[in-house]
Amino acid sequence: MYQYDSYDQSMVDARVAEFRDQVQRRLAGEITEDQFKPLRLKNGLYLQLHAYMLRVAVPYGTLSSRQMRLLGDIADKYDRGYGHFTTRQNIQYNWIKLEDAPDILADLASVEMHAIQTSGNCIRNTTSDQFAGAAADELVDPRPYAELLRQWSTFHPEFDYLPRKFKIAMIGSETDRAAMKLHDIGIQLVKNDAGEIGCKFYVGGGMGRTPMIAPVIGDFVPPLQMISYLEACLRVYNRYGRRDNKYKARIKILVHEIGADEYRRQVEEEFAHILTLGLEPPAAELERIKGFFEQPGFDANASDDLDLSDPDFALWVDQNTHAHKQTGYTIVNISLKPTGGIPGDASADQIRLMADLALEYSFDELRVTHAQNIVLPHVKKSDLYTIWQKLDEAGLANANLDLISDIIACPGLDYCALANARSIPVAQKISERFADLGRQRELGELKLKISGCINACGHHHAGHIGILGVDRKGVENYQLSFGGSEGADTSLGTITGPGFNEDGVVDAVEKATDVYLAQRTEGERFLDTYRRIGMAPFKEAIYAKETANG
Amino acid sequence: MKIITGNDLRTGDVIWWTGQGWSRLVNDAVAVGEDADAIIAQENDKQVVTDTHVIDAETTSEGVRPAHIKERIRALGPTVRMDLSLKPADPAAAKWVI
Repeated sequence: MYQYDSYDQSMVDARVAEFRDQVQRRLAGEITEDQFKPLRLKNGLYLQLHAYMLRVAVPYGTLSSRQMRLLGDIADKYDRGYGHFTTRQNIQYNWIKLEDAPDILADLASVEMHAIQTSGNCIRNTTSDQFAGAAADELVDPRPYAELLRQWSTFHPEFDYLPRKFKIAMIGSETDRAAMKLHDIGIQLVKNDAGEIGCKFYVGGGMGRTPMIAPVIGDFVPPLQMISYLEACLRVYNRYGRRDNKYKARIKILVHEIGADEYRRQVEEEFAHILTLGLEPPAAELERIKGFFEQPGFDANASDDLDLSDPDFALWVDQNTHAHKQTGYTIVNISLKPTGGIPGDASADQIRLMADLALEYSFDELRVTHAQNIVLPHVKKSDLYTIWQKLDEAGLANANLDLISDIIACPGLDYCALANARSIPVAQKISERFADLGRQRELGELKLKISGCINACGHHHAGHIGILGVDRKGVENYQLSFGGSEGADTSLGTITGPGFNEDGVVDAVEKATDVYLAQRTEGERFLDTYRRIGMAPFKEAIYAKETANG
Repeated sequence: MKIITGNDLRTGDVIWWTGQGWSRLVNDAVAVGEDADAIIAQENDKQVVTDTHVIDAETTSEGVRPAHIKERIRALGPTVRMDLSLKPADPAAAKWVI
């Protein structure tokens, strides 16, 4: 777990005091909204449809139980008893009062948290693999590198006013669980044949109105030059990014317009220059940071044996746990997707319960996933049944990880000022339509993602099934797409054709799953079948006219 | 008709211009005609309301109905958490926004 040093703490405390003064001056009428708006956004405070919304940064999705408990307390004390975990592994509160915001930030600072870098055209909070430091398939623990990146990017004066926001993901496994290639920069820690660690840089990916998959720009950057290479990537973008046009200002457009080869050439040139400046943090600093992420004190005698005689428990274990690198331990995924619920929402009591479970059973650690779920990364298998029972009592034991009801959905028009259509009601109807867990498991892995506008916070481009809400003359309409993916086989979904109303898109999803079940071959997921047979059979089914006798 | 809406600076609550002041109830909103810009300028100067803007609306048998769904959701609250809306005792109220 990261730890603030005195510099971190004093910077964050100073920022709280500064914002408290800014809020007081705004409330006193001493500064206008035009003057105040960029200041509040720099502190993660948005004005949404119904109230102010505060987005709190969760560094690479990692939380201690003390931090998680405070997030629950904030929900009770300052909001309306719940929080919403987001696709950038953060949490946001929907009902914040301006006058309370400085107190909330002060509370957050007391547990080494803040809301900086959650808005604006800066380097946003870095995301990572939610199984970091725990997954059996991990090559290198990415958290020390992500922490170095956090320290480098926080308040970086050169990159505080970039052409647009900038999102970085960092992983250390073969399996990409962080949608790395759909970020402005994705960094994958890899090993070469000699066993040396290097950073593979993917630059220029993204979703939004112009989705793009990032090409490889740097094949194998030594870890002790990672920051210098990042500086070079950012400098070239900062110099040539399209500040004249908001819709063409992301780095993906620059890389696309000048081409990956030319962008790489310029980065390499800048990189060579930066190496002469000695900007790279000393190796000792990375080693110091690594000390924060030592393996916890695992029980070397822990057993892999599990009593699976309770069928509901067995289902949950099969669906919601993941292989851990340590014998006798497992990774627990807590689904925040109850049938008919709001994806990513958790009540204050649920948040505190998860904090308690982490403290007692997971070496005081939790992770937020970009799929809007929570992870207990280090759970002894002998504790699993007890944990499952406690989760079940709290409505947190839905065994639907990566199934069709494990839906990613942005807040949509129910909360978001940018949205064109509601996302959550569609997610609720789909999860209710497919409520039967046996049916979901029969369908297997099926990632369904919903966005309420083209900004794609719900990652619809990367959904095996994606849904995009649009405004058609003041009426909500939903475009359907198939074939998106965010992992090692990253691909962008293809729109099926004309859109649907809310009920129509739920029906269309069901018809698409029927096509899949009829056409799949052994071992194929929905995505695999779609890729093999193409759009035509799906399109035929979902746009078929009903006959007179049904 | 044209009506004016905004958010309470202190609380962020959605509010509507009543001709005399601000109300949380859209049914209290009044048509402002050609006076919208002057009212907004006057109210912005007071620094108690933010994000003021003019929207289209109509008067129906149920009261004032904003023309666009986004403003109807602002007027009611999130349709997926009716318990947090301005009509918590009326689950069917969500249909009003559609």
